[in-house]
Amino acid sequence: MSRARTFADLATASEAGSLASPNIVINGDMAVAQRGTSSTSTGYQTVDRLTLGVGQVSVTQSQQALTSGSPYEAGFNNFYRMANTSTSSNAGSYVQVTHSIEAQHIANSGWNFKSSSSFVTVSFWARSSLAGTYYVRINTDDGTTYYRIKAFALSADTWTKVTFTIEGNSNLTINDDNGVGLQVVIVPHYGTTFTGTNASTTAWFTLTSNEYFPDYAQNWGNTSSATFDVTGLQLEVGEVATPFKHESYGDNLARCQRYLFRIDAAGNNVTRFGTGQHYTTGAGEAYIAVPVTTRATPTLTQTGTAGDYAWYSGNSTLECTGVVAIASSASRYLPVVYAYCSGATLRAATVLMADSTTSAYLELDAFM
Amino acid sequence: MNSPIRPVSIKDAKYLKDPQTNEVHAVQALINGDHCSVPMVLDNMDYAEIKRQVDAGELTIEDAD
Repeated sequence: MSRARTFADLATASEAGSLASPNIVINGDMAVAQRGTSSTSTGYQTVDRLTLGVGQVSVTQSQQALTSGSPYEAGFNNFYRMANTSTSSNAGSYVQVTHSIEAQHIANSGWNFKSSSSFVTVSFWARSSLAGTYYVRINTDDGTTYYRIKAFALSADTWTKVTFTIEGNSNLTINDDNGVGLQVVIVPHYGTTFTGTNASTTAWFTLTSNEYFPDYAQNWGNTSSATFDVTGLQLEVGEVATPFKHESYGDNLARCQRYLFRIDAAGNNVTRFGTGQHYTTGAGEAYIAVPVTTRATPTLTQTGTAGDYAWYSGNSTLECTGVVAIASSASRYLPVVYAYCSGATLRAATVLMADSTTSAYLELDAFM
Repeated sequence: MNSPIRPVSIKDAKYLKDPQTNEVHAVQALINGDHCSVPMVLDNMDYAEIKRQVDAGELTIEDAD
């Protein structure tokens, strides 16, 4: 982007009052990937705050390093990739990546979502190995679900900046709470089961006959080894796409940790997960020091092997005899976990740790 | 439902009793292949999905030990 173009955009954004508007999307630069960098599974697996949905096909999702091209020159070092590893010509096939925004983050953003003269703007970089016209969707979640969609054309293997300005609508409901408020859904492929002429390209609509978009002319889902890449996802209040609001990795990670906090023993086989006490001789509880309040009381995920974890108390290591689980006293402010053992000293202080394995981890997940 | 399908595989679901209170407080399950314990609060999306599947007759939760 030329400097003149940047200044012109800034001037326009200033007039539109959106310069001070933050990026409501979290991890839009795809820099944080607490769970890992590649996965053949669907859902939240790699880049934080992005969840992959697929049907009838197989897709590997990954975080990739970006080393050249227009988004790299705009300051991005990572992108999110969907790679087709098993094709299908089935009409019910689909591939999508979704970013969900907490309702209170929209409700308090300054966007008057009830007004048709108040706007938000979505922007992102996209690249596909298969040229064609693709779609991005915004939808609400509270009350009746409303959809707003935009088409964008991609040339093969070429990064393209997509922008999508959306007006409010008196029918929209977005609560001031910790549920889903808006979803941004970028769609490489929907089969004809999910497309048709009922999807409006010019106004908010409710779903008719499961038709989210017009028919896709190309078929990414039936193209072997097809790839689709995204980075620089931003949603801001105002009707102009301003330059991406870059932030430090630490600030970005902290915003992600409201939804996921992972402690991993990969680099240290005696990693400590939390401190606590033995309230009986046969179990202990540990308090996990989450860096930020989580969105909700989190799900606890662990390896499934009790022996991967141990209590360290009174200079003794007590191997866990049951898997670590979330405790009844857990909250979004202080997750508490427990695990059975034997031979502990009643009321002794204790530490939950990896039992000499780099496989152990604890994941506290408050996704939406 | 804002996806054509929300692909959540939940298997081997079982209620958990907290050893301190002896009250059922969570559900242990394999969720998309991961070993999870899920607090029984509705703003936890895993529990909301577990409850939806139970209400729809798609999932049965084994009693706690």
